[in-house]
Amino acid sequence: MTDASLSPAAAPRAGLIATDARTRKRNAAEKRFRAYGICAIGVGLLFLVFLFTSILRSGLPAFTQTVIDIEFTVTQEQFDTAEGKMLKTKEYEKLFIAALEGQLQERGLEVAFDGKAIQRLVGKPGGTIRSYLQANPDRLGAPISFELAAASRVDGYLNGRITRDSLVDSRFLQASDLDLIDALQQADIIKGAFNWNFITGTDSGVDNPGGAGLGASVIGSFFMMLVVLFLSLPIGVAASIYLEEFAPKNRWTDLIEVNISNLAAVPSIVFGILGLAVFIQFAGLPQSAPLVGGLVLTLMTLPTIIISTRASLAAVPPSIRDAALGVGASKMQSVFHHVLPLAMPGILTGTIIGLAQALGETAPLLLIGMVGFVAREYPEGFLSGFTDANSAMPAQIYTWASRADPGFYEKAWGGIIILLLFLITMNAIAVVLRRRFERRW
Amino acid sequence: MPLTWLILLILAIAFAGYVLGRRRALNSAGGDRRVLHSLPSYYGAIVAMWAVVPAAGVLIIWLLVQPYIVNSSVLSTLPDTMVAEGSSFSLVMSDVRRVADGLDVAVSTGAMSREAAASLSTEDTDVRETLGDMGVALGSAVSAEVLGAAQAYRAMNATGALMMAVVVLLITLGGAGFALSRSHAEFRARNAVERGVLALLIAAASLAVLTTIGIVFALLFNTIEFFKLYPAADFFFGTNWAPSFSGRGGASDLGILPLLWGTFYISLIALLVAVPIGLFAAIYLSEYASPRLRSIAKPLIEILAGIPTIVYGLFALLTVGPLLVTMFGKDTLGWMSGGTAVMTAGLVMGIMLIPFVSSLSDDIINAVPQAMRDGSYGLGATQSETIRHVILPAALPGIVGAILLAASRAIGETMIVVLGAGAAARLSLNPFEAMTTITAKIVSQLTGDADFASPEALVAFALGMTLFVLTLGLNVFALYIVRKYREQYD
Repeated sequence: MTDASLSPAAAPRAGLIATDARTRKRNAAEKRFRAYGICAIGVGLLFLVFLFTSILRSGLPAFTQTVIDIEFTVTQEQFDTAEGKMLKTKEYEKLFIAALEGQLQERGLEVAFDGKAIQRLVGKPGGTIRSYLQANPDRLGAPISFELAAASRVDGYLNGRITRDSLVDSRFLQASDLDLIDALQQADIIKGAFNWNFITGTDSGVDNPGGAGLGASVIGSFFMMLVVLFLSLPIGVAASIYLEEFAPKNRWTDLIEVNISNLAAVPSIVFGILGLAVFIQFAGLPQSAPLVGGLVLTLMTLPTIIISTRASLAAVPPSIRDAALGVGASKMQSVFHHVLPLAMPGILTGTIIGLAQALGETAPLLLIGMVGFVAREYPEGFLSGFTDANSAMPAQIYTWASRADPGFYEKAWGGIIILLLFLITMNAIAVVLRRRFERRW
Repeated sequence: MPLTWLILLILAIAFAGYVLGRRRALNSAGGDRRVLHSLPSYYGAIVAMWAVVPAAGVLIIWLLVQPYIVNSSVLSTLPDTMVAEGSSFSLVMSDVRRVADGLDVAVSTGAMSREAAASLSTEDTDVRETLGDMGVALGSAVSAEVLGAAQAYRAMNATGALMMAVVVLLITLGGAGFALSRSHAEFRARNAVERGVLALLIAAASLAVLTTIGIVFALLFNTIEFFKLYPAADFFFGTNWAPSFSGRGGASDLGILPLLWGTFYISLIALLVAVPIGLFAAIYLSEYASPRLRSIAKPLIEILAGIPTIVYGLFALLTVGPLLVTMFGKDTLGWMSGGTAVMTAGLVMGIMLIPFVSSLSDDIINAVPQAMRDGSYGLGATQSETIRHVILPAALPGIVGAILLAASRAIGETMIVVLGAGAAARLSLNPFEAMTTITAKIVSQLTGDADFASPEALVAFALGMTLFVLTLGLNVFALYIVRKYREQYD
């Protein structure tokens, strides 16, 4: 026995109630440690909020479009004189300008403008008016309301991207036009409208950000997801059933298991290289086709689906299998008639999450030629939807982001909002499926 | 589309086989299903399986092999002089294919009859003009050899497609007939079907191995091809990355070191952001947080993991980059000249990796048994002391594994660096400079109209191989650490 505890070096104790310096230090350290944790979570959530506000703030303007909404009357006489002239659309433009001036004066707004200014604001309105009147001659003499899409710079001025100070006079927009825009806004002639073309339209050329739409690439993504769903669900389920229910413990099954877990961690760009070398170079499938994209994404999604399917198969209790075998079912029948139906909600949940991942994946699509292809048209039919060159949502967003005109950035953010809406919907379906059908044994 | 029809026909035969097989078995039992060995549907199913599976296998192999046979026999008809004239086989072949496609279009639109397309010759018509009139644009004038080859190509493809249809249908019918001949009451149909299904299950499971083999071969062959054109030592130890854009002729410097450096630098910054935040978040959520806070904060942080990387890429390019420029740009500190930089990409990638680190660490910390915590509290340790001196050491191998997995993610990440890191390859220590990575260069070398035979395009496969080996090595190492140093608590 030693009496080390009685060593004279021991610190004097102040008592049980008052905390000594060392305890205070330890408690302070405890508080600091806790604060680090809260900070970390706070920073993480802050990033999330920052990300979403910047997506919404920059993306929402893509869904609105500035239009010049004006109502005026063209008489039969005016129509006939205009049709008799050499420059027919010019005459209609004059009518349009006269109507615009009239309406501004009516509201007591004085602003000088000429035909050039109108062209900078709405392009050439004469053609639109003429073709409308030609198609509907019975509307002559009655007030007709026209909605003309304004140029993208006007958009930019109204939502603050371009200010009076930052504007440099160019053939696209001049400082004097801004007065006109202000007047038109006061007169309630120029206003925002929902941009349906962004959702249903197809991609435009590199110089027309206003006319770009996501529609065709949504269809491209849809066909890719069809391929992924119809290949990866059956193959993934079959592979999982084998590995979970039938596989003996041997070298081959070990090899398969190692492969699946490694494939889940292979960078997606490598799958793109695989797609390029095997599906396009070797098998000669067409470039930029949703079919090829779907095949590549299938290979990428399979590990995810296999891992989640195996988890839900393993969650079915062995008593189910034993009962089926006990009443005379074969092993195969017990799996397909009893275990698989019970595991189905879990399998579907995993599949939807895998599909959502595949939907947002971009890198492999870059290599199989989905970028750089301008998706100007919808596919003609169901089968050609798989093989015709098309874009996909994330590839389209990348294409817009890499174009020179900053007008496309807004479209890219808008595209991201649509992409995220799809992903949120898919994940919500997965959560509902899980909540509603999951059984706890 | 004949292929669609062929597939539909096979399925129709299979369906008919199913009905016939079932009926034949029932008839042989005199209509009494108790006499049958298996349920009647199994007799139908085995016929359908015999009809579809061998035919589908042959169909797939045929579709893969036919282009090769056709290409090589068409090439052998072309005179060697054509190829020697400064172009390669693949270029001649693409000419031939374009003319053949043009003829196909002309025939399908009805502008040219089948016979006219087959008998067209360069002596009495200008093929380019004729096809141009029908709306098929050709780049250059068509020589007699190319036209002949194109006609041979079309003829061979047509006979090939016909033969394929005949052979596949014969196999379908033969399979169905064979299985049908065996459908009688004593036949053990269920066992046969189950053996077949098991084989299909094994085939599906083996697809994972096949994918890996596919990846390795796709990378390996092209990498070897690349090293034939470009010395391997220069690739691995070159400190200059400057591909010549003119294609052939100009010498390219294709050294991987600047790209490796960019990759590691960006990954390092990403980990410096993600590991402290992710780890502390995981510790707080698993040790301190109330169940209510945990149930809210954990899914919210995991949302970050579900966001596609293209979103992060755009976020880096358009939000974080300009923000960093206003903070460190020439108006204030003058460190940063453009929005795309190592810092931009690293920061955003770090945000992306936070949930990855936090949810893996969370699982690992939760796996440390409660008894160890209780023991530490019993000795008078505070909660933070318990965490630092007991839980973290116990969870360390797992956490290191998680960090290594996150590093492998960071190295393989593409979209953020393509959009956020810039395109200039350089060896520099300044994190506010633009640098580039392996993945970004794979994208830039393989997109566009590159000629696949040039070293500038093939280098992407060597880069891909490096990336594959690197990430695979990191994963295997991470799993090894987790397995080897995992304490066994029971």
